Amino acid sequence: MKKLIIDILLGSLLVFSFTSLVLLIAGAPVLDAFKHIWLGAFASSIKISQVLSVWVPLTLCSCGLLFTFRANLWNIGIEGQVTMGAIGAMAVLRIPGIDPTLTLCLAFLTSMLCGGAWGLFAGLLKTRGGVHEIFGGLGLNFVSQGFILWLIFGPWKRPGIASMSGTELLNRKLWLASLPGWRVATAGIIITITILILTWLFLQKSRLGLKLKAIGQNPKAALLYAISPERYYLQSIFIAGSCAGIAGFIQTTGVYHRLIPSISSGYGYLALLLVMLSGYKIVLIPILAFFFASLNVGAIQLPIVLQLDSALAGVIQGCCVLCALFILGIRHDR
Amino acid sequence: MDVEFQHISKNFGQVQALTDVSLTARSSTIHGLIGENGAGKSTLMKILTGYQSKSSGSILLDGVEAQLNNPSQASNLGIGMLYQEPMDFPPLTVLENFSLGTPRQSRQELHFALKTLSIRFGFDLDPDLPVELLTVGERQQIELLRLIHCNIKVLILDEPTTGISPAQKEALFPALKQLAADGLTILLVSHKLEEVANLCSEVTVLRHGKLTHHTAAPFHFPKLLTAMFGFVPKRKDKGSARDKGSPILICKNIEASGERQGLHQCDITVAEGEIIGLAGLDGAGQSTFLRLAAGLISPDQGKVTLFNNSLPHGAKAYIRAQELHTSFIPADRLEESLFAGISLRDHFSLREEHGMFWQSRTRTRQRTEEAITTFSIKGTPEDLAEDLSGGNQQRLLLSLLNRNSRLILLENPTRGLDIQSGQWIWQHLRDELSPDTAIIFSSPELDEILHYSDRIIVFHDGNIVLDSAVADTSHGAIAAAMTGMREGTP
Amino acid sequence: MIGELSLPMLIASVLAASAPLIIIALGETLAEKSGVINLSLDGVVLFAAMAAFVVAKETDSLLLGFLAGGCAGMLTGVIVGYFSIYLHLSQVAVGFALSLLCRDLAYFLGNPYSRIQGPTMLSSKLPFYDSLPSSLQIILSQPLTVWLALLLVAIIYYFFSFSKAGLNLRSVGENPAASFARGLNPAKIQMLAVLGGAFLVGIGGAAYSLSLKPGWGRPQGAEGIGWIGLALVIFGGWNPIRVALGATLFAFLQVSGIGLQDLFPGIPSQVFQTAPFPLMIFTLIFMHFSTSRSRKQGYSSSRLQRLAGKLFMSRAPKGLGQSYRQE
Repeated sequence: MKKLIIDILLGSLLVFSFTSLVLLIAGAPVLDAFKHIWLGAFASSIKISQVLSVWVPLTLCSCGLLFTFRANLWNIGIEGQVTMGAIGAMAVLRIPGIDPTLTLCLAFLTSMLCGGAWGLFAGLLKTRGGVHEIFGGLGLNFVSQGFILWLIFGPWKRPGIASMSGTELLNRKLWLASLPGWRVATAGIIITITILILTWLFLQKSRLGLKLKAIGQNPKAALLYAISPERYYLQSIFIAGSCAGIAGFIQTTGVYHRLIPSISSGYGYLALLLVMLSGYKIVLIPILAFFFASLNVGAIQLPIVLQLDSALAGVIQGCCVLCALFILGIRHDR
Repeated sequence: MDVEFQHISKNFGQVQALTDVSLTARSSTIHGLIGENGAGKSTLMKILTGYQSKSSGSILLDGVEAQLNNPSQASNLGIGMLYQEPMDFPPLTVLENFSLGTPRQSRQELHFALKTLSIRFGFDLDPDLPVELLTVGERQQIELLRLIHCNIKVLILDEPTTGISPAQKEALFPALKQLAADGLTILLVSHKLEEVANLCSEVTVLRHGKLTHHTAAPFHFPKLLTAMFGFVPKRKDKGSARDKGSPILICKNIEASGERQGLHQCDITVAEGEIIGLAGLDGAGQSTFLRLAAGLISPDQGKVTLFNNSLPHGAKAYIRAQELHTSFIPADRLEESLFAGISLRDHFSLREEHGMFWQSRTRTRQRTEEAITTFSIKGTPEDLAEDLSGGNQQRLLLSLLNRNSRLILLENPTRGLDIQSGQWIWQHLRDELSPDTAIIFSSPELDEILHYSDRIIVFHDGNIVLDSAVADTSHGAIAAAMTGMREGTP
Repeated sequence: MIGELSLPMLIASVLAASAPLIIIALGETLAEKSGVINLSLDGVVLFAAMAAFVVAKETDSLLLGFLAGGCAGMLTGVIVGYFSIYLHLSQVAVGFALSLLCRDLAYFLGNPYSRIQGPTMLSSKLPFYDSLPSSLQIILSQPLTVWLALLLVAIIYYFFSFSKAGLNLRSVGENPAASFARGLNPAKIQMLAVLGGAFLVGIGGAAYSLSLKPGWGRPQGAEGIGWIGLALVIFGGWNPIRVALGATLFAFLQVSGIGLQDLFPGIPSQVFQTAPFPLMIFTLIFMHFSTSRSRKQGYSSSRLQRLAGKLFMSRAPKGLGQSYRQE
């Protein structure tokens, strides 16, 4: 326990010094920058609700990734799975003349299916074609990016002029509701917490979780236990894709209320970092997701107040993971 | 060059691999180093090559203390080792393998050197062939030539005859004698007494990491055996042959690929209650046959019939074979059959609770505790598989076997186990399983096969060259079959 | 012809567009042949491009700019190498985290230099330029990076196939334990390979911001290139010649995308910019299927086929991605 606290302190110190160094190189006021990130994330309830609305997709993607990481799969295609989830949701939302609640429920299911199918696609490339999931996933990310651009500029373009700012806004009835004064969809938070609990249950208590662990450790031996690695690779990547699809659904209906080219906002990649940082432990996921989300939101105002690029958030996040890996490495070496 | 080991000790963490070993190998001689598996022979030799570090003691070369901290220092001092498993680079060509680790020379010079040396020793090697297409024996030849080309003064051979053909052995032995006559110091690690007697002028015996015996030729075999095993291994009387029942495994005209030679024209029928030993040189087809029967690989031609059901092709075959009460335990435990970082209890959970969604902790825990008692596994249900010793891992695997198994396939079941563990395993297999269960096992130890099996099948280069009841055949006939000499056929 | 492009123009643009990618992919080949996957490519390319542009702008020297790019690459190589070779951490994890970190670092530090003019490497005239026919003039007026890339293909191919150091490097990638037994130092060789490879990746990044897509900005235009480079190396079979051919194919897709845009005004230009990426990756995957089948057919005795096999040989180093622990 003591060792753990020392490690965390050491890690924070490393991250803090590296970030300060970067700020110094950029000629920026170090303390001011940190202060503005803090203010940008927590100064008002609007800001906090913005943090929460980033927290939702990050946590969802991380839950999905826990399944694939367990089976020792690098589901880098999660980014595209979010996008496809959003597209799937939008396809349903565009159908006119159905009851809004029903439409939303249908859109939710479709987004899960679309995300899952996109994941399954990468999984099949691996199990049937022997293509490493990193490259299959990457290729599919590019495909989904091209697809969403084509939709936004082609068939689903705004009446009149197509632009990078996305499709037409959804009918207000199709927006996920939020509490007065909060800018985060209540349903999104509830869904995320449910998924968190389900993930915990599945991974810890079900035989699925145990089988995924076994496959992740030794796929060769799994066969001797009548566990087919291929089948569980596909199952885990389908679950991951579904979680990502839900994230896409919430991004569409609860955050942007339309389809934009960067609907996934890089949250898939960020979730990969986050899960690595958590050491694949689910209890840490919501906490770290909140931390990452507040960095992302807090950095938004840096360009305005300090003329700094908001990529500082990504610098801190990436640095956190590398420092954690570093400490893990030197601990194991001894 | 004289090599003198002085008070060498080596420990891996808590395990003492070598304790105070001192011996001297003189130049122009072949010095034998014998002992059972895990006696510390290879460790001692790896220390001499700088591949492993020693914990204490010193090594003198021609009376001068030598620093041997890495292989590069050792090879500069003229020490070279032929490892048991070829330490080479399969995709690279013969010439590239030959040139790696030799002093800087042009391609032509190396080509010439390789050719000259091959002629001198009567080896036939194509310099441009990738090494992966060669036999183990040929790969060893390249390595030997390379070491000689590097002008080594001390040559270490670790079990040089494992996995090589008799013809290659014929070529190797005179070469070694010639090298010793030329002034090399040769250290020969082996557990084959005949070879040692044939080649060596002096022998040192190690047991449990300690030196137990040292003698010069002529050798007294019983004495050597006592020094190796502590006592001449006396096997219990052979169990009575079991009754045969109806056929359960039928292989017809099988052609399959795997190992070095694949499997050709394989026809085998196995009946209930049989215990069959598969003999043959390493990689002659035994493992391919076991995997074929287990459904892990599918034949290119022919079909496998288990309990009157023919096995499907492809990945489903293995699952089907398990449904038909066939169990397989591969030789490599942590690599192929256990999950290093998963607890014993979870192994039982994975094995037993098919069709259930949730894990039931209490039930599997109880089941695990039972198994730990029955199989006297040293460990608790929460221990990870990697924390168990080899013998306990093998017991765990046996305890995980489906108790309704009617056909058990074992690949080298006593690999890496000490004699007691090995005997325990066999006692369990013979006594605890129902008498109509058939067992098929492979083993590199002919004694194990002769002792425990009722029927022996000998493989050579992917063909079955002998299939007979153990009682109807002789040690000599089996040995001849293993090396490819067929008695009675022109 | 594609759109408005004439054939010489097309060849010239493809050559120019492929050069940086060739350099990047060759750098990665160097590292992977020694057994280390450097997955940080995508971020490193941007980071090096930023460093190169900033230094070139401040010093007004292209040479210093390229050097800065190379050094920036090497800096990340130190991290990849140290983490994966000496700390035995997962190469994929380190590479991925570093990739995102470098990308954001590049955007952050390069922010003040966005959208400004800086020194640009122009195409240089060959000595016998004026005596050439005009179509060749068009093709051969290229920036130095193109010649550098082509030269590097030859050098790296020679290095792997004929040099002692190259053989040592390959041996470490195949079987580090055996290399150690033969007196080599696998960790040192891998580290050098990673550093050398990362330096080349840095040069490739610099070639983007100083020559192919001059300037800096968010986005720079080199986003995603690193991933393509990685895919090229793996599906190009770790063979420098195949890797270079793959890079040229990608450049062709990119260039023809620009040409096709005019032919299909209905399709948004963004689709054409994105399309080469999935197309390339799936082309590579498809090629991977067809070659893996022919590879199984075994070794040929014909001399010509042997030569062809050697030139286009494709197989993964056996020790790729696993870190070697000395006993």
